[in-house]
Amino acid sequence: MAFTFAAFCYMLALLLTAALIFFAIWHIIAFDELKTDYKNPIDQCNTLNPTVEKVKKIKRVKIALKLVLPEYLIHFFFCVMFFCAAEWLTLCLNLPLLAYHVWRYMSRPVMSCPGLYDPTTIMNADILAYCQKEGWCKLAFYLLSFFYYLYGYVEAVSSDRRAAQHGSV
Amino acid sequence: MCFAILPRLLPGPVQSYPSMYPITGYYGAPAQQQQSYSTIPSQATPVSSKAPITNSAHSANYYQNNHPQQLQQHHLPQHHYNLQPFQQQQHPPYTTPASYYGPQSYHASPAQQSQQQQQQPSLVPMAASGPGGPLYPIVSYPSAPGSSQYGTLSSSQSTTQMGAPLHQYGAEPPASSASGHSGYGMAPPSQVAPTVNGQGTQNAVHSHYSQTNQASLSYNSYGGVTQSSGGAEADRPPSGTPSASVHSSPGHRQGKNESKSSLCIFHFFPSLPLAGGDTSSSSTGSASPVPNSYDSLEGGSYPGVTTQRLFYKIAHLMNFGCKLSCLFVRGVETIRPSLQPFPSLSELSAALGGLSGVPELEVEALRPINLLQERNLLPPRPLEAPEPNLSPDLKKVNCSPQTFRCTLTSVPQTQALLNKARLPLGLLLHPFRDLQQLPVITSNTIVRCRSCRTYINPFVTFLDQRRWKCNLCYRVNDVPDEFMYNPVTRSYGEPHKRPEVQNSTVEFIASSDYMLRPPQPAAYLFVLDVSHNAVEAGYLKYFCESLLGNLDKLPGDSRTRVGFLTFDSTIHFYNLQEGLSQPQMLVVSDIDDVFIPSHDSLMVNLKESNELVKDLLKSLPALFSQSRETHSALGPALQAAFKLMSPTGGRITVFQTQLPTLGAGKLQSREDPNQRSSSKGAHHLGPATDFYKKLALDCSGQQIGVDLFLLSSQYADLASLACISRYSAGSVFYYPSFHYIHNPAQLEKFQRDLERYLTRKIGFEAVMRIRCTKGLSIHTFHGNFFVRSTDLLSLANVNPDSAFAVQMSVEDSLADSSLACFQAALLYTSSKGKRRIRVHTLCLPVVSQLSDVYAGADVQAITCLLANMAIDRSISSSLSDARDALVNAVVDLGSAYKSNVSNLQQSGLVLPAAMRLFPLYILALLKQKALRTGTSTRLDERVFAMCEFKTQPLQQLMRMVHPDLYRLDNISDQGALHLNDTVVPQPHLLHLSAERLSRDGAFLMDCGNVFYLWIGKCCNEMFIRDVLGCPNYASIPPNMSHIPELETPLSERVRAFLDWLHDNRAFSSTIHVVKDDASAKATLFQHLVEDRSEWASSYHEFLQHIQQQVSK
Repeated sequence: MAFTFAAFCYMLALLLTAALIFFAIWHIIAFDELKTDYKNPIDQCNTLNPTVEKVKKIKRVKIALKLVLPEYLIHFFFCVMFFCAAEWLTLCLNLPLLAYHVWRYMSRPVMSCPGLYDPTTIMNADILAYCQKEGWCKLAFYLLSFFYYLYGYVEAVSSDRRAAQHGSV
Repeated sequence: MCFAILPRLLPGPVQSYPSMYPITGYYGAPAQQQQSYSTIPSQATPVSSKAPITNSAHSANYYQNNHPQQLQQHHLPQHHYNLQPFQQQQHPPYTTPASYYGPQSYHASPAQQSQQQQQQPSLVPMAASGPGGPLYPIVSYPSAPGSSQYGTLSSSQSTTQMGAPLHQYGAEPPASSASGHSGYGMAPPSQVAPTVNGQGTQNAVHSHYSQTNQASLSYNSYGGVTQSSGGAEADRPPSGTPSASVHSSPGHRQGKNESKSSLCIFHFFPSLPLAGGDTSSSSTGSASPVPNSYDSLEGGSYPGVTTQRLFYKIAHLMNFGCKLSCLFVRGVETIRPSLQPFPSLSELSAALGGLSGVPELEVEALRPINLLQERNLLPPRPLEAPEPNLSPDLKKVNCSPQTFRCTLTSVPQTQALLNKARLPLGLLLHPFRDLQQLPVITSNTIVRCRSCRTYINPFVTFLDQRRWKCNLCYRVNDVPDEFMYNPVTRSYGEPHKRPEVQNSTVEFIASSDYMLRPPQPAAYLFVLDVSHNAVEAGYLKYFCESLLGNLDKLPGDSRTRVGFLTFDSTIHFYNLQEGLSQPQMLVVSDIDDVFIPSHDSLMVNLKESNELVKDLLKSLPALFSQSRETHSALGPALQAAFKLMSPTGGRITVFQTQLPTLGAGKLQSREDPNQRSSSKGAHHLGPATDFYKKLALDCSGQQIGVDLFLLSSQYADLASLACISRYSAGSVFYYPSFHYIHNPAQLEKFQRDLERYLTRKIGFEAVMRIRCTKGLSIHTFHGNFFVRSTDLLSLANVNPDSAFAVQMSVEDSLADSSLACFQAALLYTSSKGKRRIRVHTLCLPVVSQLSDVYAGADVQAITCLLANMAIDRSISSSLSDARDALVNAVVDLGSAYKSNVSNLQQSGLVLPAAMRLFPLYILALLKQKALRTGTSTRLDERVFAMCEFKTQPLQQLMRMVHPDLYRLDNISDQGALHLNDTVVPQPHLLHLSAERLSRDGAFLMDCGNVFYLWIGKCCNEMFIRDVLGCPNYASIPPNMSHIPELETPLSERVRAFLDWLHDNRAFSSTIHVVKDDASAKATLFQHLVEDRSEWASSYHEFLQHIQQQVSK
């Protein structure tokens, strides 16, 4: 059974994208909760020291905001994988998002810990709206790419099999 | 057509006035190019004090055997003795003294009692008189040929758009859109004019669609994509409006609306949210113990927002079809009220306030003015706030403009209309202002709307005896029994006569429902820099003197607590426990991991330890007079202060004289002196580290406010340090080049400020929520605070001198209501330990015509709001961006007015009279320290000017931006004010141009925090003798800074006028007598904003530039 590296990459990306979709959903929910003002922005952005008593209440929001860096890393990881597998088209489709992530992290506010969101400015209506939009756009992108990877995986496996059959004949 | 009104004196615009703009005239440019901070001639910065002394060198003779974690204990006066070393507890549990939160009896001070006695509804004095002054003769302007100096002003139209409207308050659909609101007037039913409103509704539906349309279009505009779509949509709505409006003003016409001008959607400052290198962080500290619960205390937001929102949308669609039924409902409504004792029908007269009965004021406010032709724009007296176009009954009870001001006193109905007007919508608030009269209400139940938690206010509608309708969310609530009794008239059954309903500014004594913990005592901690630099500057002695003198006047009660903490490279605590014979000093030299040596004796009760505190204050200056320590461990000292204060909350006052160089939060010098006068703009306007911000957020969570006094002669990175105050709702004071001998002017200012600072009112553990009529929403806040949720500000301390600004947006069409209301509720703990709520309510008419929006524009408020937005912009983006945006604001207004309202096909820059000062104010803004380029400006001074813009109340800010200039030598009693027994002369305002100064006169310039009295070379000898007490011009001393009290009539007049000016401000201003030949003249001349300086254009050039841009 031939199982090429490309097929492996697609399979991995498929799984990871499913995780990213969850992240995106969490992100959207977190900002929606912030906007409808149930939460204190300090808690929202306090990614390092979760206090035990409030964890239950705002766990979801915090996790969502903590997941920014993992999300970026995961995406970066399978971009590298596609690069190694020489899947150029897939890589090209992912490059804009990768560039956006780099830019987003470079232009983050001055802060001494990892993270993107500043509790003092996050309640600004423009920033809040932007973050929400960002969440929706990413969700859409990940959903589309999920199906694309599925297709890519099937394609990679079947073309491999075709090649194998061709070789055997 | 409107020009028929004007007394036209001169024929045309083309007439040259050779020396009108003194570019080559008598006061040439050279005088204005001098550096701004060389104001005090005899002052030299003590550079020598910064000679680097290595740490090891001096630590040897300062504290020998200086182990880490070592604690030394001294008795202050002389002898050292070694006490047993303290156990090294990192976080020992703080034990509160038993008496601390125990049951206390509050001694109400006489002041408070008297406040409570005057519960009679008392009105806050309102400013009268509209925006328009008398007409001025038109004098044509010089056409200044060679004005091509627009290096810095070249504008790139900022048309980046903002996203979709946020946060829609959905609530139940308007039950009957016709019913609107009721005021207290008497309007006969026949006054109903349903068609007008009906069309308004239809109109609104249109615009609502177009608004959503735009919103979806502008999605991709983030990231600087310039886009000018949606212009057509923006123009559509009014085209359905019949231009046969009620106005009979000759000056405008709406027909022009049809013309499809290709305006892009106006949003002055687009978001550049996370792009800037501005600020940020997540706080590492533990989360606040007082988290969301205030939300529920002070009242949450609209419940069930999301579900109702859909409903509302549907209702909105149906609204169109329901017009007929609405009319029917209106008919019913008109009958019913006549059966009631409540005159609720006047709703329509109030409602139509914006539509009908156009007074002359509005006509005057709309008179188009060609700025290039009209030279005398200033009113004779400082500009008053425009009055909203409301019915007299509502006007009478409306909030004072000094407390609450809106940039547009006629609120546009839709976002599309707002975009078209190209003016920002926002509020300027001064909520904790010192008030002369304030009704204080003590009652068991504070009546609030059940759904939106609005406090009952004069603008609610009483449907009958038992029910009232909220004016913000339109919910019908029950009137509680207790509210039926009126304590003022001692009668029952008159809820509408209660003080809450008669006054738009009231204060409630809150019950324990409004507390999360027992009210905290007043607690003050003073953190004092005692490094060598501080000793050199010599502030300590004056601080101690001032505090000694005002110790009894510190606001507080018998529980008041004080503490002191000094720092250089180590941190010194002072044990002031009652019973000690002398204060003890405890030194903590471990600044990497600060701990508190003793927990119950460092913050002490002022009453009990009064003698020890006084002892300490007397001995402190001498104690450090020999200090050689040059390092400053500000960060660790602040951490210690935070730990010391966190059990109670309160106020930390920090005095700092240099860049912090040790421990956490140490900073590097970021200023490049060669870049001070760069025309490209300034860098490093944002903080270098987030240490101070995180600490401030922790402080805010523990209800600690931090006020910063920076007295430094060199760069101290105020941009980073100010964060400690910005997010903990503190205030910042800055005294550049402070030195107790070399700089007497700063010393005097320091002393005066300190006096006011120590004795002014203070509120602790405060939150402020701003509510507004359904459909409006809050976009951004400006000021010093921490934004806790979309409409809630957390203010650890609130002081009477700080103001806030709020940007608003219109989310849903306001067509259903004719009035828009804003309510600011400030919940705080007074220094007497009482929980209080101060509520301000402002009511404004809603209009659907662009001309009405312009007629109600408040040029001063708009300028202040734009200034705030520009500061944000310059920090998040760049200074030149902010400057361009300011210029574009004028250009946009000009073109919007030209294409939409004014139909005069004349050349020149035409603006409505209400906005005639707008270009002048914007030019003045561009020449402020905060925003200027080209002129040499120290980074710290620039940052401080920015801080001031964010926190100063409007009146003060306007005086700083555009000072008032008066001629004093011919001052007379003509038109004088008669107050009590004094006569206050009222000289006329003069334009800020050197041509208005004459050598034979004496002029007073009022810059808000400083007065300049400029004496011309050939000034009347009598004036010099009678007012200044000097025989002649030559004998006036160069650094004169007071006006002697002479018994001459002229002197009395001048002093009466000065005193009157002083009365209106919190911090007393110093006066500088400036002679014509003195070098100090430059400081005066930089305020003459209409003149050209080396780097900035004159007013006339600026206007021409605007005109070019508009006609493009």
